[in-house]
Amino acid sequence: MSKKDYLIEVRHVSKQFEDGKYALNDVSLQVKKGEFVTILGPSGCGKTTLLRCIAGFQVASEGDILLNGEDVTNMPPHKRPVNTVFQKYALFPHLNVFENVAFGLKLKKMADDVILKKVKQALKTVGMSDYEFRDVDSLSGGQQQRVAIARAIVNQPEVLLLDEPLAALDLKMRKDMQLELKEMHKKLGITFIYVTHDQEEALTLSDRVVVMCEGKIQQIGTPTDIYNEPQNCFVADFIGESNILSAVMIKDRKVKFCDQEFDCIDEGFGENTPVDVVVRPEDIYIWDAALEKRGKVEGQDDVDPDDRVPKGKFTKWYGTVTSCIFKGVHYEMTVQTDNGYEFMVQDYHEFLPDTKVGMLVKPEDIQVMKKEHYIYNHFEGEVLKNNKVRFLDADWDVEPKQLEGFNVGDAVDVLVPFRSIDLQDHEEEGVISGEVHFILYKGNHYHLTIRTDEGYDLYVNTNDVWDDGDRCGILIEPKAIKLAKA
Amino acid sequence: MKTLSSIFDSRRTWAWPYVLFLVLFVLLPLLLIFVYAFTDPQGHFTLKNFVTFATKSEAVNTFIYSIAVALITTIICLVLGYPAAYIMATAELKTPAVMAMLFILPMWINFLLRTIATVELFNMFGIPLGEGALLYGMCYDFLPFMIYPIYNTLQKMDRSLIEAAHDLGANRIEVLTKVILPLSVPGIYSGIIMVFMPTVSTFAIAELLTRNKITLFGSLIQRAFGEGGLQMWNYGAALSLIMLLIIGLTSFFGNSEDNETQAGLL
Repeated sequence: MSKKDYLIEVRHVSKQFEDGKYALNDVSLQVKKGEFVTILGPSGCGKTTLLRCIAGFQVASEGDILLNGEDVTNMPPHKRPVNTVFQKYALFPHLNVFENVAFGLKLKKMADDVILKKVKQALKTVGMSDYEFRDVDSLSGGQQQRVAIARAIVNQPEVLLLDEPLAALDLKMRKDMQLELKEMHKKLGITFIYVTHDQEEALTLSDRVVVMCEGKIQQIGTPTDIYNEPQNCFVADFIGESNILSAVMIKDRKVKFCDQEFDCIDEGFGENTPVDVVVRPEDIYIWDAALEKRGKVEGQDDVDPDDRVPKGKFTKWYGTVTSCIFKGVHYEMTVQTDNGYEFMVQDYHEFLPDTKVGMLVKPEDIQVMKKEHYIYNHFEGEVLKNNKVRFLDADWDVEPKQLEGFNVGDAVDVLVPFRSIDLQDHEEEGVISGEVHFILYKGNHYHLTIRTDEGYDLYVNTNDVWDDGDRCGILIEPKAIKLAKA
Repeated sequence: MKTLSSIFDSRRTWAWPYVLFLVLFVLLPLLLIFVYAFTDPQGHFTLKNFVTFATKSEAVNTFIYSIAVALITTIICLVLGYPAAYIMATAELKTPAVMAMLFILPMWINFLLRTIATVELFNMFGIPLGEGALLYGMCYDFLPFMIYPIYNTLQKMDRSLIEAAHDLGANRIEVLTKVILPLSVPGIYSGIIMVFMPTVSTFAIAELLTRNKITLFGSLIQRAFGEGGLQMWNYGAALSLIMLLIIGLTSFFGNSEDNETQAGLL
């Protein structure tokens, strides 16, 4: 990559903490000059660590960070041409507004009249012109954050790093500041790297969004890409509302879910391949099925007074509304199908509970994603005596016939179906114990990621309702455990 | 019964014992010192006690010397204590609480015992007692009073302020001089007052560590009351009043600086 291409290049950066856990795991990212890039993810996903590595407050354990083509991985923060806006403002309480903003310029030993001009200009940019000699403690949260932004941009950094700058503000103020930040970005031409956990904020502000989870980048793309074409279940679930379902790609442009076949526009997944599909609740068209049954043709005024439902040969499916909540602009309905799937549907019209409804979705609104793992958990194991196999740092009973052909001490691949893992409410009832780490509702069951106390992840399909962070005991039916040669 | 219970419920009622305590043991003694200082042994109003102090060069010299010793002790404590407090508050020690406790630990033992032990140590190693020993003993006794308030202020300081300063281009020294030091001023004030005030009036440490060779202002007062007999009480009271004035002035400067000092002091 030549110097001109990217302003910031993060190359395979990892950050490991003393306890061995990775805050960042092989993260690579390029930012062009003048871009507004948002790093988005739930708390603890490593987004702040990544920002702090770019700012220089933390040093990456592995990998390089390049600024303008120059390696800055080990450069101390005060030498980097970047400035940071902190979540809790971090204004100096012993200095007034003017002195805070002038702090960086005074360190550069600029002439007083230049400083005066620049500070005034910066305060004007953030709309705080009349506050120069106010005590920072006397300002409101929003005003303090404006001063913090002025303090950063007055140094004319090449990159402005913003660490959840609006998180401490109330909703209304946050919305206003979002627009102002976007304006400022346009006006100043400085590259912005913005960290947030608020997906709406990320979609509103950014040129590109970087979605992170567990120290890894899940997807990088424009807000539209991220929303319409999520690359995996995590992104689909984290960004906006979504119906995520297990499906089978029958062939190109044909996918089966909810026991029905649908046309779609995705190709290249092969035939009869298990996949996940995402259908956004606002992409589902919904109408009263009763009107249709009374002999009135769908698409006519009674059924569809606004002519909303597209005409044509679409796969339709039916269900009963179980709940309906008014959300301001739209209604949010939960629809239960007869074969046991649940869909979230958003529509401007109200469909009351117990209404039989018909639904359809356009082929281009079905987003097909590769399944990252399916049906089986894979573990490495070792055959022990007495029909036991050791994996996940514990000893498990298996069916004797599974062990035919294996000797004690053999290394084996262990396969455990998602469905065959039994979670116990009391952790002491399980062979091992763990914590619910991630929950995905798949329309008719939950797909859970359980992190064991030893740090292994295992996937469980269940109909029981669990909460994030719940502790559980883990049992596996002996007859469900399958062994294969390692 | 209703009135009795309402008397007990009232916060006013519970304050009375403390009011009584304050009157008996703080206000009344202060008043007595005041009265004694301006009267002669016969009880007549006089300014003679102050005139005696001002004209006796020995008394004035002791007074100035005491303040000098207190100032030097305070400066040494500040110079030694600030880095200690800074290291404890900022370094990522695994057990900062234990470190802080180690500094406080000597205060668990009565300072007289510690001073006597110090005298024995000096004797054991054959180090002569005198001015040096006095300063050593004072600093040893009062260093924790300097470290603790500074440590407290530094610890409460938002870490992101240091990062913000670095981010704006300050190197380590500039971060210290432009951010950390100004922000620890309240702690420094508290420390100075907590060291300076008791050192001005101390006498036991001086008597023990200098074998009575050096007389501090505190000793002068003590002698006036202890050895001078009843006639000297009025003079002693005048000396006490002068000392109170000095201490009052110091804490007044501290308090007027800002309210946080008061908080740190308390």
